[in-house]
Formats: sequence, C-alpha cells, structure tokens
Amino acid sequence: MADEGMQSWKTLALGCAMTEPGTSRSFNTGDWRGRQRPVTDREKCIKCGACYILCPDMCYSPDTEAEEEGYWIWNGFYCKGCGICIAECPKDAIEWQDEKEEDKYGQACRT
Amino acid sequence: MAKRVGLEVSLACSEAVKLANVDVIAAYPITPQTHIVEHLSELVADGHLDAEFVPVESEHSAMSACVGSSAAGARTFTSSSAQGLALMHEILFIAPALRLPIVMAVANRSLSGPISIWNDHSDIMAERDIGWIQTFAENGQEVMDLTLHAFKVAEDHRVTLPMIVNLDGFILTHVIEPIEMPSQEEVDAYLPPFEPQQKLDIANPISMGLVGVPEVYTEARKAMLDALEKSYPVIKEHWDGFAQQFGRQYNPIETHHVDDADTVLVTMGSLGETAMTAVDEMRAAGRKVGQVRIRLWRPFPSGDFLDAISGAKTLVVMDRALSPGADSGPVATEIKSLIYATGGGPYVADFVAGLSGRDVTREDFKQMVDKAEAAAAAGDPMTFEMWGVKE
Ligand code: SF4
Ligand code: SF4
Repeated sequence: MADEGMQSWKTLALGCAMTEPGTSRSFNTGDWRGRQRPVTDREKCIKCGACYILCPDMCYSPDTEAEEEGYWIWNGFYCKGCGICIAECPKDAIEWQDEKEEDKYGQACRT
Repeated sequence: MAKRVGLEVSLACSEAVKLANVDVIAAYPITPQTHIVEHLSELVADGHLDAEFVPVESEHSAMSACVGSSAAGARTFTSSSAQGLALMHEILFIAPALRLPIVMAVANRSLSGPISIWNDHSDIMAERDIGWIQTFAENGQEVMDLTLHAFKVAEDHRVTLPMIVNLDGFILTHVIEPIEMPSQEEVDAYLPPFEPQQKLDIANPISMGLVGVPEVYTEARKAMLDALEKSYPVIKEHWDGFAQQFGRQYNPIETHHVDDADTVLVTMGSLGETAMTAVDEMRAAGRKVGQVRIRLWRPFPSGDFLDAISGAKTLVVMDRALSPGADSGPVATEIKSLIYATGGGPYVADFVAGLSGRDVTREDFKQMVDKAEAAAAAGDPMTFEMWGVKE
C-alpha cells in the first residue's frame, strides 16, 4: 500500500482524536472513485439543485464562473462515484463518463 | 491505624468509589453486581456523594454514557456482570481506543446458557481483548484497595486508559468481611482530583471517535497497544505508592512458597485463597508445592510470571472459563504460549474448575496436584480437564 495520507502511530493525537477543525475538507474521497465520473449536460439541466442537495459528499457547488447563473459545478476531489446524483437528477442530465487517472480532479461538467 | 469495619464486599467497592469522589456513575443493575450500584445510587440520592447517577435502560447505554462523561472530563465509574458485560461489548473496545480512563468493577459471573447467576470467569474472558487494564481481587480488602488504585492508574497521564477490577460474584460480592476503611483525607492524599489529559471542551474543540480508514486503523491500534504496554510500570509504581501510604503491598504476580517448589498452582481471583490453604497443608505434609496468583491480567506481566515459575517442573493451572474448541482454557493457553517462547519450561496441566459457582475445595486442589504430577512423571500429553464433571 502506498503510504499517501499515512502517519506514524507515534504522532497520532491521544485516542486518535482530531484536534484541528474542518479537516474533512482536505480528505480525498475522490480517490475512492473508479474510472468513471458523473458529467452534467447543461442542455438538459433545469438547475433544480437536486444533485447539490443529495450528493453525500457535497461535491456540487454554485458555478460562479459560468456565463449563466444557477448551474452547479462538480468537484472531483470529493466525488466518490456513488452515482446518487445520476440516479436522482429528474432530467437525466448527469451521466457516467470514462475518465483518465491524470485528470481525475479536473473539471468535468462545464459545457 | 485505619478503622476496621464489617462490610459486605459490594458495599466496600461502592465506598471506595465514594472515597474516590467520582463525578458520574452510569450503571444498570445485574446480579451479582446489584449491591454495588444500588449502594452508590443511595449514596447519591441521600446526598453523601456529589455525583450524577445515570440510571440507564441497558448496559449498552451504561457504557455509552460512561464514554460520553469520561470524554467530557468527568471521573466515571460503572459496574456490571455476565450478560450485562456482554451487552456492553461493542462499546468496551471504544473506551481504550479513545483513551478514556473509566473505572469498572466486574462482578464475575458465568454467561448463559444454561442460565446461571453464579460465579466463574466466562464473562471477563469473553472480554479479554477489549484493551482495558484488568486486575483480579481475592478478598474484600483487595476490592477496596484495587478500586482506589484503578482510578490512580487509569487517570495517570502516562496511562489514560480504562481499567477493570474483577471480583468474583457472590464469593466476594455477597460476603461480609472485615475491611480497613481509609479516611477521606488519606484517599485524597493518594488520589488527586481528575485532570483529564484531553476532553471535549467547547472553548477548545476536538473530535473524538472518528473513522479510522485502512491508512490509519493499524496505527491507531498500535498507539493503543503501546499505551497498554507502557501502563505496566505505572501500575506497579502506584501499587508501591499504595503500600507506602496504606501498608498493603500488591504485585502483578503474587507468589506463595514458589522458591523451592517443584509444582506450582496458578490461580486468579478469590479461589486463590482456598488454594493457598491447600498449598500450606501440602507443605506441612512435606510436599514442594507453591502457588502463583495472577493479580494483573492485562497487560499480562509475562516477565514476572516467568520469573515466578522459573524453578517449577509442573504447573497446575486453574481456569475458570472454557475456551470451547481450544486445547485448554484461556489462562492455560496464554501460559503455554508464553512458556513455549522460552524454549523449555515446565509441564502444564490445565483444570477448568469452579464453573458457575461450583465449589473448589482444598481437597480438589490437592487432587489436581496429584494428577498433574503423575501425568508429568508419566510424560502424558499435557492435560486439560473439566474438573469434577459428572460422568
Ligand atoms: S457520484 Fe455521488 S459523490 Fe459523486 S457527485 Fe454524484 S452524488 Fe456526489
Ligand atoms: S439534479 Fe440534474 S437537473 Fe437538477 S441541478 Fe443537478 S444536473 Fe441539473
């Protein structure tokens, strides 16, 4: 096993407590995903926000850089590939798309 | 000289907890532990002990409440037995993982079935690997002393681990014994107020009990194991300190006539006192028999044990629980593996005796010694026997 994210047992906090707040922000759940990612087709998207609400890892946030407001932007660092957003989107606007390891954390859905 | 009073051993345990001035007791009554928590509940209700008594709806909740209160920085006590201890099972592993110095008295009783309320060690042997420090008392005075010692060790910042004091159900819990009661001043001098090493505190927030992904779990367990191993010198240090203050010395392994003994009885818990009398009688009859009593069960004092039995040719181990499907009971299994690592050592005979409160007499111990010595002399395979089972 590669030792990415590993820490010597001697340096763990007492009782493996987390002494800093907000560390889940730096926890790479995107690493759990297989070689597919959910990609949104904005032609079909009605901006209902179901993907944003239902994603268990809060991968979707408002896309402030899009020309049109109301769209959601996906974050590959957190997406574990559960497929909930794909199953729940009322317009079937999200689909699996094969991805390469090298652009695993790149943006996937701005069209 | 401290006052000597006649007291039921369960109440001596409760009085020790009162003298330790605990903050929280979360417990559910179960035979034969009932009098311990009943008396504590009275002490709290009558205003003699300024603590929260949480009358939970199950032992699972009792241990969960203890985890919470200890995490919040409160000196915390609970007590259970048999089925109740089993119901705590999943939470028992969490307390040492979170490094919470909870103290628990376990009134040892057999697990059902068949349904039994009587004494043996099947409850605690099923919890052998929970990661708590564990001691065994042999009489009422030891229950009082080991309970005070448990708070001292558990809360020491070099340890910060939960600790169990085992006392045999009925044989100890329901017997009235003369007990030297220390004064509050003496206990306060031995046991300072609890200063948690880490606690849940809104001014300095931390998270406890998070997920340990595969990249972390092994290291977290290693850190807990390391703490348990390093508790050993502190346990001894606080027994020495106890002896200085109260005049009674305790050791991880207690010995009786082992120096020139060919055959050594190995006991744990209250039947050690009957065995001791049997050893004295065998000595008087000219037999070179000694005894080793395991006081500290976890972390197991391997070095002390091997030193104590170094001259023995035959060990007669008394187990008070079965390990079904294994080739001996839990204590003997452990001792055999320890001796195997030395590359030699004595013949080990294992007798599972005293299940569910069945009496084990001096005569039984003598017969065990006879049987073990004969088997060792004949070179028989190491014996394992359910003592006294009616054929
Ligand atoms: S696949 Fe799951 S984790 Fe990834 S964005 Fe969709 S809902 Fe979130
Ligand atoms: S659930 Fe589908 S339609 Fe709704 S915002 Fe997300 S992608 Fe658009």
